[in-house]
Amino acid sequence: MNKSLKNLILNSDKFGQLLAIRPLSVSAKQNTTISYTIDKSYDLHRLEQGPSLEVSCNKEEALDFYRKMQYIRRLETTSGNLYKDKQIRGFCHLYSGQEAVCVGMKAALDQNDSVITAYRAHGWTYIMGVSLLGVLAELTGRRTGCAKGKGGSMHMYTKNFYGGNGIVGAQIPLGAGIALKHKYMNEPNVCVALYGDGAANQGQVFEAYNMAKLWNLPVIFVCENNGYAMGTSVNRGSASADFYTRGDFVPGMRVDGMDVLGVREATRFARDFALTNGPILLEMVTYRYSGHSMSDPGTSYRNREEVQEVRQKRDPITTFSKRITEAGLVTPEELKEIDNGVRAEMQEVERRALTDPELDVQELYNDVYYQPEPGFKVRGCDNFTYEVSK
Amino acid sequence: MFSKKLTKLCQLFSNSNFQIRNASGFKFLPDTAPADLGETTKMNLCQSVTNALDISLSQDKSAVVFGEDVAFGGVFRCTVGLKDKYGKDRVFNTPLAEQGIAAFGIGLAAAGATAIAEIQFADYIFPAFDQIVNEAAKFRYRSGNLFDCGKLTIRAPCGAVGHGALYHSQSVEAFFAHSPGLKVVVPRSPIQTKGLLLASIRDPNPVIFFEPKILYRQAVENVPVKDFEIPLSKAEVLMEGNDVTIVAWGTQVHVVKEVANIVKEKLNISCEVIDLRTIVPWDYETVCNSVAKTGRLIISHEANLTMGFGAEIAAFVQKECFLNLEAPIERVAGYDVPAIPHVFECFFMPDKWKCIEAVKRVVNF
Repeated sequence: MNKSLKNLILNSDKFGQLLAIRPLSVSAKQNTTISYTIDKSYDLHRLEQGPSLEVSCNKEEALDFYRKMQYIRRLETTSGNLYKDKQIRGFCHLYSGQEAVCVGMKAALDQNDSVITAYRAHGWTYIMGVSLLGVLAELTGRRTGCAKGKGGSMHMYTKNFYGGNGIVGAQIPLGAGIALKHKYMNEPNVCVALYGDGAANQGQVFEAYNMAKLWNLPVIFVCENNGYAMGTSVNRGSASADFYTRGDFVPGMRVDGMDVLGVREATRFARDFALTNGPILLEMVTYRYSGHSMSDPGTSYRNREEVQEVRQKRDPITTFSKRITEAGLVTPEELKEIDNGVRAEMQEVERRALTDPELDVQELYNDVYYQPEPGFKVRGCDNFTYEVSK
Repeated sequence: MFSKKLTKLCQLFSNSNFQIRNASGFKFLPDTAPADLGETTKMNLCQSVTNALDISLSQDKSAVVFGEDVAFGGVFRCTVGLKDKYGKDRVFNTPLAEQGIAAFGIGLAAAGATAIAEIQFADYIFPAFDQIVNEAAKFRYRSGNLFDCGKLTIRAPCGAVGHGALYHSQSVEAFFAHSPGLKVVVPRSPIQTKGLLLASIRDPNPVIFFEPKILYRQAVENVPVKDFEIPLSKAEVLMEGNDVTIVAWGTQVHVVKEVANIVKEKLNISCEVIDLRTIVPWDYETVCNSVAKTGRLIISHEANLTMGFGAEIAAFVQKECFLNLEAPIERVAGYDVPAIPHVFECFFMPDKWKCIEAVKRVVNF
């Protein structure tokens, strides 16, 4: 085990706690930190104590969170537009509205923690270290995509980020398996296994809860509850919409997934808890502005007023920017500058995602098996296009 | 060399605004319904599914339709209006739980109701694979015919759609063909869909009904309005010919029909085209009679080559028609790579050019 790494993690955790108990005051250090009590307290399940309700961050962090959330929002807007232009084909599930979940969670994770999620993966892929181009070029099927353009939407991966999984709920037991690796190797790390409120009703979720608790695995199950399982609202599809309690013997917590600092605080707590006690379940209450995928206009099962209301009252970016500017932590001009930078960079990313070279056709035959025998040919149907597989 | 040419061609197209990889590789030519089925109305394949379900719900009071988002019409809009017409007790949404959907349907059918389940994509059917293979297929056999779930029909959209990638493109019929007790059906057109779906729903065996989703909108025909069935396990000879028999099902039928026309015109080769329609139990009589006449057989399907259902047909026919065969049986199928890579669909598909090459090979053998 890496001692310095452990120290680093412990120190960063202490740092986090120090921040958390900072008194609610913005007068003395008006321009360096912001502290506030979160709007909605955490609902707890089989937990005697939850995270601190006081959250805070400094200016540098605030700008960083704001920038990352804006990048994701802009990335998704661009993806949606390119899809409508038929530059992106296939299935495309946008993360707009849910940005605070991945940005806040990642801020509390160690760089060696693992993450696995479902098909609404663009935001998580970016936050786990893939460049904006890596995401967008994957969607447009270019060689610079993070999976060489071979997969498209859903099929996105990078170090410690196990995807990007298209079958509803299939990734959750994988997350338990990944967590066992951390435990077995005595690593001070957790696996975050994310799924939606729809997947929460898949049978294998409960198999995963049981295994994780049985073997006390350092896994944080995260139900990103955006209100709709495809077109079915949570109350129509789930006998209990208290997703944080659905692990029964797995302790859980409901978190306002629209508050980036609240998410970070809850994740810090969950991470410490999981490393000591085993699995924990976080329900992140959030919202998706787009339809389930691009083929769903997202209007047949909810009305536009509902979406507008969330945009006005709960939007993770606007609420956060309002908070940090009103507290005098950052100026509107600083945010404007970020917005302009994000826009300019996305334009360049978009240009490259549309013009970078496509994958060589030889790649069609590769990566089927591990290092096939020299000369191994994929069985096909056409003698002229047989190629040696690598 | 050919592959290089193909690469260049594809790059040429993909660099321009016209993207070849998104073009569907077939032409749908509508059939005319038999006159004795009476009045017809224009429907696409999606509407013909709705129409068949509508008839089932209206005639069979025990019939229920369920699946993910079906009360809203489903992602492909195949169940539009049915909830309003028959009520939410009979047309309802399920949670996203495919194993649960299949198993719930088996129980419902075993208890005597006509259970019509939708799995949203054939690619999502695998969480339900255990229930379908171990429970549904064997229920009658293992209970000594005391129980069965013959009133169960599972519908699922299948096949390539131009850009579906690895989780939304597969043709999975062969997995289920390996399980005695199940019937597996793949229609090619709106008329066929209506007749075969009604027959499947009423068949006293569990039926998996795969609908080629690219045909939902592209295939439009004048479909008989009245209730009618097309018998299961009966293949249909669509074009008669003397030189080569080509067997296909689903979307691929339209590819091989075009192939038959091209080789007739350009090479003066006469093909007999057969739509298998029911994958199991399959109509080997029609196929073998045809091969006895032509002496050559090509089977073409979108599913991967190895263990695709073409393998079973080839093995059977080489035994039954050994002395009739003039050339080795050819299979033109999807490559043995995970189906279907997003950017490579146009290479993966058993398109008309690959089929034409196969026709040349069997004729020139």
